[in-house]
Amino acid sequence: MSSRFRAPAAALGLLPFAVYVLLFLALPTLIAVGTGFIGADGGFTLETLAALGNPVVLNAFGSSVWLSALTAVIGAVLGALVCYALLGARPDGALRSTVDSLSSVIAQFGGAMLAFAFTATIGIQGMVTVLLRDTVGVDIFADGVWLYELPGLVLPYIYFQVPLMVITFMPALASLKVTWAEANATLGGTARSYWLRIALPVLAPSFLGSLLLLFANAFSSYATAATLISQGAQIVPLQIRSALTSETMLGRENLAGALALGMIIVMSVVMTGYARLASRAARWQR
Amino acid sequence: MLTTRTLAATIAATAIVALTLTGCASGTADATGTAGSVDAATATSVSAFGDLAALEAAANAEGALNVIALPRDWANYGAVLDLFAEKYPDITITESAPDGSSAEEIQAAQNLAGQDTAPDVFDLGLAVALANTDQFAPYQVATWSDIPDALKEESGLYVGDYGGYMAVGYDPDSVPAPTTLSDLLGADYKGKVAINGDPTQAGAAFAAVGMAAVQNKGSVDDFQAGIDFFGDLNAAGNLVKIDPTPATIASGETPVVFDWDYLNVGYGTQLAGERNWEVVVFPGTGYAGYYNQAINKDAPHPAAARLWQEFLYSDDAQNLWLAGGARPARADAMADAGTIDTKLFDALPTVPDTTVVPTAAQSEAAATLLGEKWAAAVQ
Repeated sequence: MSSRFRAPAAALGLLPFAVYVLLFLALPTLIAVGTGFIGADGGFTLETLAALGNPVVLNAFGSSVWLSALTAVIGAVLGALVCYALLGARPDGALRSTVDSLSSVIAQFGGAMLAFAFTATIGIQGMVTVLLRDTVGVDIFADGVWLYELPGLVLPYIYFQVPLMVITFMPALASLKVTWAEANATLGGTARSYWLRIALPVLAPSFLGSLLLLFANAFSSYATAATLISQGAQIVPLQIRSALTSETMLGRENLAGALALGMIIVMSVVMTGYARLASRAARWQR
Repeated sequence: MLTTRTLAATIAATAIVALTLTGCASGTADATGTAGSVDAATATSVSAFGDLAALEAAANAEGALNVIALPRDWANYGAVLDLFAEKYPDITITESAPDGSSAEEIQAAQNLAGQDTAPDVFDLGLAVALANTDQFAPYQVATWSDIPDALKEESGLYVGDYGGYMAVGYDPDSVPAPTTLSDLLGADYKGKVAINGDPTQAGAAFAAVGMAAVQNKGSVDDFQAGIDFFGDLNAAGNLVKIDPTPATIASGETPVVFDWDYLNVGYGTQLAGERNWEVVVFPGTGYAGYYNQAINKDAPHPAAARLWQEFLYSDDAQNLWLAGGARPARADAMADAGTIDTKLFDALPTVPDTTVVPTAAQSEAAATLLGEKWAAAVQ
């Protein structure tokens, strides 16, 4: 990076982006976190921060981490399998480009739209639900309507996690050089030794990096959960909504700032890990 | 707190006196009737302008009115907005964030203060109204004395406008008719009962828990019995955690809905021909609540804001609340004056034997309790 900044023209070109990031990312983050330290009287306080130790809030953080980790692992494994299967297809073939573009679209298909799609498909009166009930006699909601609770978020989240994994992991898999496999074979290696000694160690940083990205993606997701779940605010983004918009429990806006601080800490740890793994992985993609 | 007929008679009597006085005041006031001569932002009644015609002229001169968080399917607000637009074609109404919460209305006013897009008027749940009185401009409508004292802040900072009872709406083709609250715990209601919102966030849902509390041997002093009821409902697998809307009712996803009686009645009207929808207010102790009108003290269109208030408390608009199934604040006085739509008034669900409305202190205690216990109870 530093060498690039020596060219003043290039730095000037970055200026609009830097201003944009400052205005719409750094500043709001600072303000959000700052409100966590301001009390009802406008002075400095650590009281709101102490509210982070509240069992309800701790529970929400626990659920958020649990949900994000679970969907990240499932998404990463399924996505990696898809990538592996695609290796057999020609890089410029129709199959690869179809899956590539489909993944890009689906990975962005989140929020309220996705929630509605799931309601229409496997909601209480959803197409699949009704079909299963009327034709095979299986009631997927026999033990209660789980779709509008925390477990109900797993399916929609996996829906956008898998394609995101395909997008981020495919380049790593594709960068496995044929020459490495040939060298392994020439030196008397087996397919097993190729995967264990060469491919997996090369892929590991990319895989773990993508896993962290998926975790962050799920951890910060809001709209899908907000549309599906209306009771209890089980995850942190929903807790923030509740603190900001409640018309029955007033004066908790500052708690939202404290919650945001908690989220930023988790996200910073995850993204630092991601950056480190990504730079390790980049060594093999040159 | 709901007025009895006798109280209404007294109020009506006071109304006549007050109206006469207002008449005198406007006669003696130095009113030129032109929009420019009056500072609309500080006017506390129509007499500051001279008469209603002068207020209308001032509002027409402003030519705009910003309203916020008024869902068109809420208590007949659609018809109310349309009638205002028809009556005052020179005033352009801007409806923003129709599904916003009361708290968001105040936030919008603070964020947009000084801009001509700021909301002129608010429609608020009591808790938010009580907590934000410094955001309101006092104003007393011409029909001020018709409104029961319990519903209004004495200087007119906020005024109750329409309200009703917490009720249960249900689809008679999908579930048997519930006659008591505990019926809903039965197997017939598995995965079918919804609440309009989260009680730690939305006023209607908060009232649902309050109603469950008073029906479940608790009281407005202690919502725990209500939280326990919904905990049991959840444990029985009967509570469905999706926000009910006319769409979820139409699709059959939420065949039982806890909501204000006027909203439930509204769903039925809206879905007529598509789905049957009955509304029941459980006998015993009923839980009532009113929504309040207030004027933004920084209203960009102060005269239009005041004209909107006059309009909302006029016979026409009050009857429109009634058509939406809500109980208008001036109902008793209008019944005495013979200006109420008696057919609609008599068609309201039967009133329970006793009615409770929590005070500000009780609401606050209940909100704190809900914050601690609700999420765990329904998880």
